[in-house]
Amino acid sequence: MPSRGGRGALRAVAVGYLLALLALPLGLICWRTFANGAGPVWHALTSASARHALEVTGSVAVVAVVANTLSGVGLAVLLVRHRFPGRRLLDALVDLPLAVSPVVVGLALILVYGRTTGFGAWLAEHGVKVIFALPGMVLATVFVSLPLVLREVAPVLEEVGIEQEQAAWTLGASAAQAFRRVTLPAIRWALAYGVVLTLARALGEYGAVAVVSGRLVGKTQTATLFVEERYQNFDQPAAYAMAVALAAVAVGILLVINLLRPREGS
Amino acid sequence: MAITVSHLTKRFGTFAALSDVSIDIPAGSLTALLGPSGGGKSTLLRIIAGLEPPDAGTVQIGGTDSTTLPPQRRNVGFVFQHYAAFKHMTVAGNVAFGLEIRRQPKAAVKRRVDELLELVHMEQFADRYPAQLSGGQRQRMALARALAVEPEVLLLDEPFGALDAQVRKELRAWLRRLHDEVHVTTVFVTHDQEEAMEVADEIVVINNGRVEQVGTPDELYDKPANAFVMGFLGPVTRLDGVLVRPHDLELFDRPEPSSVAATVQRVVRLGFEVRVDLERDGKGELWVQITRGEAEKLAVTPGIELFVRPVAGAVTAGDG
Repeated sequence: MPSRGGRGALRAVAVGYLLALLALPLGLICWRTFANGAGPVWHALTSASARHALEVTGSVAVVAVVANTLSGVGLAVLLVRHRFPGRRLLDALVDLPLAVSPVVVGLALILVYGRTTGFGAWLAEHGVKVIFALPGMVLATVFVSLPLVLREVAPVLEEVGIEQEQAAWTLGASAAQAFRRVTLPAIRWALAYGVVLTLARALGEYGAVAVVSGRLVGKTQTATLFVEERYQNFDQPAAYAMAVALAAVAVGILLVINLLRPREGS
Repeated sequence: MAITVSHLTKRFGTFAALSDVSIDIPAGSLTALLGPSGGGKSTLLRIIAGLEPPDAGTVQIGGTDSTTLPPQRRNVGFVFQHYAAFKHMTVAGNVAFGLEIRRQPKAAVKRRVDELLELVHMEQFADRYPAQLSGGQRQRMALARALAVEPEVLLLDEPFGALDAQVRKELRAWLRRLHDEVHVTTVFVTHDQEEAMEVADEIVVINNGRVEQVGTPDELYDKPANAFVMGFLGPVTRLDGVLVRPHDLELFDRPEPSSVAATVQRVVRLGFEVRVDLERDGKGELWVQITRGEAEKLAVTPGIELFVRPVAGAVTAGDG
């Protein structure tokens, strides 16, 4: 147990660190964005290209969240509840997306699905365009946010144990009923948190999406790509406005989930 | 419903949890599976419930082969040592669970839940959550939940193992009374011989994955099949390589026919009983349990020499 003075110093360092790293840049960006009031911000966010970018980001994020919620819960159940050969390998592989740079992910996707490769060419012949189109962007986003739901849910699933499910079985509940009525309520907060993290990650993804999207303005441009493109074209108000909008959405959902989440131990 | 288990075998890796176990549990009985931890009794119970598949052997419940039936279709009620309460549901919600799964009409569910909560004396806690209950209350709720669906067989895995001594005692007596009221075939696992003797009609002693003996509490105590059963069911001491109950030994202050000499090492008073530790010159130690009156008559004090022999008809077992 550190002394009272030690604790105070520790707290000051932690707060200072977070201020310098997080609050200061975010605060400055907000300040710059709203330097001329809310009017120009609103104007920048409602332009045709901005609206389109938001739509693209929104649809990519929704698909990615749905896909990763289903696969995350499924994988968590598989990894926690079952023992099979290769389980540890799978457990390690699932974290790969966190370790690999998103740019590498993007390049890898182009290698698999690009026009110049066998599989990509075959897909193109059948009218499925992956690279430089929404499917590729969804794939990239799903990949980079793959473990987030799983890593939130798995420890809770482990802690809850299997006895409640077994009790439900002996009371006549099918595996699906036991999952829906017993397991799901037990993991609901971890699941919600994982979904929020996935959503935040999907909204903010830049690198992998930049590589596979081709950055076609008005077509495959996401909100983050919009920020970059506007900034490069000296339209800083639009870039800042979108950046703040993205940050606000992310902070907003995190706040909501933290407010909804019951206090530990209650 | 009677339960018949035939030639059950179960291994976990190289560990043999059960080796060729066969038992018959009569319909309507209250049976204890008694044995030391890791002896296989919980595994046996879980196989009967369908929560664990056997490697070999069969399970019959009420005459039908249930070996491959999933737990949902065995019509068993199962009570876990750590309650397995549905934490996000109220007590009433927990008890109603099985009935709701069976899509019974709401009014019928409510009536049955009220009935069961009354049976387990939990009426006033219907709207509480498991976190707001004591261990004993949670276990009573778990029992009501298991009984709600009117199982043919009630299985309890160390039901009182996580409770403190006082609550344990109360719940034991209460389980016995409950069984007399409900008459459902009940099997419970315990490692506490006192619990098994007090509650059960019949005890199955299981050790190292094998059935050591099956019988009523009196049979097991008075006619143990082997040294393990004798040692597990009550206190034993050793006289000339033979296990004998310390209260089946008598002490004399002068040699009697077939008695042996021993020197008193220690005298411990436990209320009415007196425990006398003795040492036989070079032939090992033993202890004898006598009454306070006997101890006073013999003037038992450390250092004196006494003569020991088993009483007529003493229960003994070879040193297995």
